[in-house]
Amino acid sequence: MKTLALLVVVITGVMLIYAGQDLPPFGDSNTDMYQHRMTQYFIENSESESGVSNIVTALLANYRGYDTLGETTVIFTAGMAVMLLLRRRET
Amino acid sequence: MSRIQESVIIRTVVRIMVPFIELFALYVIIHGAGGPGGGFQGGVIFGAAIILYAMIYGIAEGKKKMSDALDKILASTGLTIYAGTGLLCILFGGMFLQYGSVPLIPDNPALVSKYLIDLVELGIGTTVAAVMISLFFDVSPPESEEGELPDYEGVDV
Repeated sequence: MKTLALLVVVITGVMLIYAGQDLPPFGDSNTDMYQHRMTQYFIENSESESGVSNIVTALLANYRGYDTLGETTVIFTAGMAVMLLLRRRET
Repeated sequence: MSRIQESVIIRTVVRIMVPFIELFALYVIIHGAGGPGGGFQGGVIFGAAIILYAMIYGIAEGKKKMSDALDKILASTGLTIYAGTGLLCILFGGMFLQYGSVPLIPDNPALVSKYLIDLVELGIGTTVAAVMISLFFDVSPPESEEGELPDYEGVDV
């Protein structure tokens, strides 16, 4: 069982390292991701449209605010579910 | 009471550090608009402060600071703040979560958006902190032994 677990870990690690080789260089502005028109749009307009200088926050709370509301609901629901399942009854 | 919880050094350090950790959590939440940070991260830091206090001073003491009822209220209040902000935008004629439509500051929808984003982040932080604390209390050992944690064997303080 331990050998199997070790094998799974090693295979996953090798796959991650292998896949990591194809990632674009950090901070490179010539990649497709950076040159995409959505990225350019957010870089140019997010501060004037949402008022916050942090593009990540502008995306998280403004452009994708509905998504973040769902994320918060997931956390709330998870907490409530654990509370229902594990909380001991007041006797 | 375990030896870690008896240690004067740890009890004093925790008592001094908890307010600063809470302050840092609020800073991270509010700083989310201008740099790294945000409601999720700040909420977890705030929860960690209360969890640290409860770990050292005992579950019963921790529940005096953050009772189960307060937990439930805060968890749902945070989500209500978020959804309420979205509904407020509908009320003023915009779309759901279209912050600029709220006429808080005339002729400057971007600034309104900035403040409402802060409000929303605060809501996220409240929910996340309350859920983190309630998760910790839910999996903590029973209160019958005056809320103490099991003894950590082999740990010298």
